[in-house]
Amino acid sequence: MSQPMPMQPPDAGGESMAGLVQADRVHRDLYLSARVYELERERLWKRAWVFLGHDSLVPKTGDYYTAQIAGQSLAMLRQADGTLAVMFNRCAHKGSRLLHERQGNTGKFLRCPYHAWTYKLDGKLMSVPLKNDYEGTGMSASPSGQGLAAPGGVRNYKGFVFVRISGAGLDFDRYFGSTALATLDNMVARSPLGELEVVGAPLRNVIRCNWKMYLENINDTVHPISTHESAATAAAGIGKSLPEGDAGTSLAMEQLLPFGAGYSFYSDMGAKVLPNGHSVLGTKASIHSGYAPLPEYEAELAARYGADQARALLSFSPQNTVFYPSAAFKTSPSLVRVLRPLGPDRTLVEAWALAPKGAPQRLRQRVASYARLVFSPMSVVAHDDVHLFESQQIGLGSDGNEWVSLHRGHQAGEAQSPELALENGNNEIMMRNQYRGWLRLMDPA
Amino acid sequence: MMQAPADADLTRLIYQEARLIDQGRFDEWYALYAEDGLYWMPLAPGQHSGLDEPALMYEDKMLLRLRLDRMKDPRAHSLHPAVRCLHVLQAPEVTGRDAAAAHYTLSTPFIYVETQGDTQHILAATAEHELIGTPQGLRIKTKKVLLLNCDAALPAIQLLP
Ligand code: FES
Ligand SMILES: [Fe+2]
Repeated sequence: MSQPMPMQPPDAGGESMAGLVQADRVHRDLYLSARVYELERERLWKRAWVFLGHDSLVPKTGDYYTAQIAGQSLAMLRQADGTLAVMFNRCAHKGSRLLHERQGNTGKFLRCPYHAWTYKLDGKLMSVPLKNDYEGTGMSASPSGQGLAAPGGVRNYKGFVFVRISGAGLDFDRYFGSTALATLDNMVARSPLGELEVVGAPLRNVIRCNWKMYLENINDTVHPISTHESAATAAAGIGKSLPEGDAGTSLAMEQLLPFGAGYSFYSDMGAKVLPNGHSVLGTKASIHSGYAPLPEYEAELAARYGADQARALLSFSPQNTVFYPSAAFKTSPSLVRVLRPLGPDRTLVEAWALAPKGAPQRLRQRVASYARLVFSPMSVVAHDDVHLFESQQIGLGSDGNEWVSLHRGHQAGEAQSPELALENGNNEIMMRNQYRGWLRLMDPA
Repeated sequence: MMQAPADADLTRLIYQEARLIDQGRFDEWYALYAEDGLYWMPLAPGQHSGLDEPALMYEDKMLLRLRLDRMKDPRAHSLHPAVRCLHVLQAPEVTGRDAAAAHYTLSTPFIYVETQGDTQHILAATAEHELIGTPQGLRIKTKKVLLLNCDAALPAIQLLP
């Protein structure tokens, strides 16, 4: 009998990543190296709590939603009792995927298309063809007999479903902490019914850059004025000749004009860095703060929470709250961007629009408009971002300087304070903080 | 009362529109659109509204103007090196004709190719046009571009399919 080939586990040797991250700069291999990407898949993406999807995607029994997260095929399924189950989308027999659509309904049970093994909605093995032939074999005691495997951790936080692939690691509440979670609390509290739902389909972009570049840019306040100059100048030109009363257009202008804001606007926004790479940009204000009031909706919230609390709730409109490493949330317009790395130099970004259930049409139009104007593959704003990420991915291959500078605003010892409120939104500490979180998740131990 | 256009007049406008985009003559292209013209690229097959849920694109003339103004800006970074495109149209089919209302619909399957530097992307789509007769001649009221892979993860599309 032949022995299985002795295989090197992918993470053999406990390679340390510490040499790639310094206090104020990071090495280009973070973005370019296939080996670093392989170790990220093995360590970071398995240890982190990763956003899977919003539970409004699966309202009815048997509804499912699938996602591919750094090579892991996952599915969430609505159970008959209303709860959710999350499992790997991999047949216990020979590994065929059970669900082939991104979203759908599987009926009362799952049936593998290959050899017809069937599973209950919670993943338990229900039946196999030629059952008698398995008698006396080790199948039922083996992992294959246990049905579908589940990730190490699953948490449905007020409709936002997160997973941790690994069985070990920080628990959900400690991983994100109350400051990050307050953004999700705020989004949900904006619903008079306390529930959000996904609006339409996600805008899906594939970008030829490393996922960390995209995530850094979510905290980058200094690029809009130069990167988006052409879009902002065009918007300003149109804005001057804007006729009154065209609802669709004025909504768009309200969203596009702030892209022309100067450095001081962003520096005044305020920010917070949080442990584990998370951050809130725009603690005081953001490009979303100036949207026209919606009096009826606001009155509804005031009746529910009291005028002061409703006002506080609505005035918290951060530019982005980063849930490291997989998601960035906006409270208004209610939206999440989800990152799915596809390789060292390829990233899938999905923008999902959300709205309170039963939201006024205007609120849904606002998030639909923002998503389309700013996050579509046809967006006049995103084109320049995407182009420059792809350019950066190529440019970093050049010799002469192996380091990416993150010096802006650096102060010795800043890493000692795990949670730090910043007066100046233009400080690159938000990216330095991402890399401290990265190093922690990439710990060889 | 204007004379109703022949099918050939309708299809000529469809070919002309594609050619003006391919030749980068965007101001002339823009002039083909009615004052309340709309360019819509749905994000999902059968999408019922581009306003109430996200779409790939849903632009009135004001937003189209903004798009073209940006393209003229030398600091439209994504357009360097220059982006070129080509529409390869199947013969447009007149799918509706209401001469009394001066309202006509056409359907045109096509292949769209966009190229920049050494990179080239190819998309397949069907354009559904609504044309209207105006005192100035035929104009485009709606162009709806139904991308075959509208729900796929797409690269940046920089010009106009
Ligand atoms: S692989 Fe699923 S039943 Fe065989
Ligand atoms: Fe940007």
